[in-house]
Amino acid sequence: MFRPKNSIDRSALEENKKLIADFNRRNLLRGTFSLGALTMLTGCGATDNEAVRSFLQAFSSFNDRVQEAIFRPNHLAPTYREDQVVKPPRFNAYYDVEDVKPLDVKGWKLELSGLIDNKAPWSAEQIYKLPEQELIVRNICVEGWDYIGQWSGVNLRQFLERIGADVKAKYVAFRCADDYTECLDMATALHPQTILATKYAREPITDPFGFPLRLRTATKLGFKNAKWITALEVTNRFPGTYWSDRGFNWFAGI
Amino acid sequence: MMDDIAVKSTERHRAKLHPAAVRTMHWVNAIAIIIMIGSGWKIYNDEVLFGWLHFPEWISLGGDAQWALQWHFFAMWILMLNGLCYIGYGIFTGRFRRKLLPIWPSTVIADIRDALRFRLAHDDIRHYNAVQKLLYAGIILVITLQVISGWVIWKPMQLSELTQLFYDFQTARLVHFIGMAAIVGFLVIHVALALLVPKTIGAMITGGPPADETPPADPIHSPAE
Repeated sequence: MFRPKNSIDRSALEENKKLIADFNRRNLLRGTFSLGALTMLTGCGATDNEAVRSFLQAFSSFNDRVQEAIFRPNHLAPTYREDQVVKPPRFNAYYDVEDVKPLDVKGWKLELSGLIDNKAPWSAEQIYKLPEQELIVRNICVEGWDYIGQWSGVNLRQFLERIGADVKAKYVAFRCADDYTECLDMATALHPQTILATKYAREPITDPFGFPLRLRTATKLGFKNAKWITALEVTNRFPGTYWSDRGFNWFAGI
Repeated sequence: MMDDIAVKSTERHRAKLHPAAVRTMHWVNAIAIIIMIGSGWKIYNDEVLFGWLHFPEWISLGGDAQWALQWHFFAMWILMLNGLCYIGYGIFTGRFRRKLLPIWPSTVIADIRDALRFRLAHDDIRHYNAVQKLLYAGIILVITLQVISGWVIWKPMQLSELTQLFYDFQTARLVHFIGMAAIVGFLVIHVALALLVPKTIGAMITGGPPADETPPADPIHSPAE
């Protein structure tokens, strides 16, 4: 069974304390104090307490294990008709769409590292030549909104096999041009509906949505689907991820 | 009637109205439900179903979305495990059958009429009136449905067969919201009525008078005094 090493590591929380405090996408809460229903019972800011956060983080790793246990590796998410596809897809990142920095495809490479036999980097041209799989699936955000998207690109399992990755390893980790990091459990990486997407609605994906390469899986919340990927690593060591370092559940399966 | 209770309470090992197991499960459930509602409101605020409805920050739990989610996914296990114990206990000890059944529409209507005229009897807290039975049985069903719709929202793909029963992900969210509203409505009535008859609160803490295993002679026309 998997247990993320740093989800119960207090030092990770301490290091990111400022980031956690600073993080607020909608600037609604900055400087305000959390006063929940439980707070009124206990008379303190329940979730501002480091011990409470450590406990919740530790419990989150229990929920990771539950989600791994109930994951159905061959169960397919429902697929939809092409006329149900929302165009363009809905943007979401840890910053606003105006702050997206488009990548120059000429200098772009996909770096490979970790438990992989052939670590030669891939150019966009090479990746766009690989056989494509199309997914018309529902994308669900952790916030609660969803839309039906049409993504195509190389199946991740096929890509991992092509580069000689150790598919018995625990994680497939991604680094992105905007310093975002993500990491999938191997079962999800090998799921038939997990792809490295290069197109949306049959057109090359545009800058806000991850050009030239992004992840799209039908069995994870939206934020797990890394955009502007620049590096892929196969590893047994949990590398941490942008959102799980900030208190969101790591597995984030749907 | 009071003499009757006093005599019975002198008997040894006489079961109380609310056995310790029921009291424990009641208060564990109360805490879990309050955490679920407070954190659920915070989660809801991130993507509202109704543009006119945002829950004030000061009555929500978590402060930031991720902590509200963590509270929700922690308390859900307490709610579910405690709820399973409670339902198992209620069925296997016969408590549900004894205390909550039968519920007849005619007695419910008669008791609502009496309640609105402030004539509903509550001297004997050992027997639930028909409105209480309806509310207590109803809230068990609502929370059960709430757990099911919650699973669908958590795992709409792993449980895609179940998701289809709710039509889709957003309708499951709507059902989950309506379930929350029903639970909050129940809580308001439940707490208000408990405060009106404070000995019911005492009974849920200490256990109350000895249980009366026999059904009341005439539940419809019990005296007001």
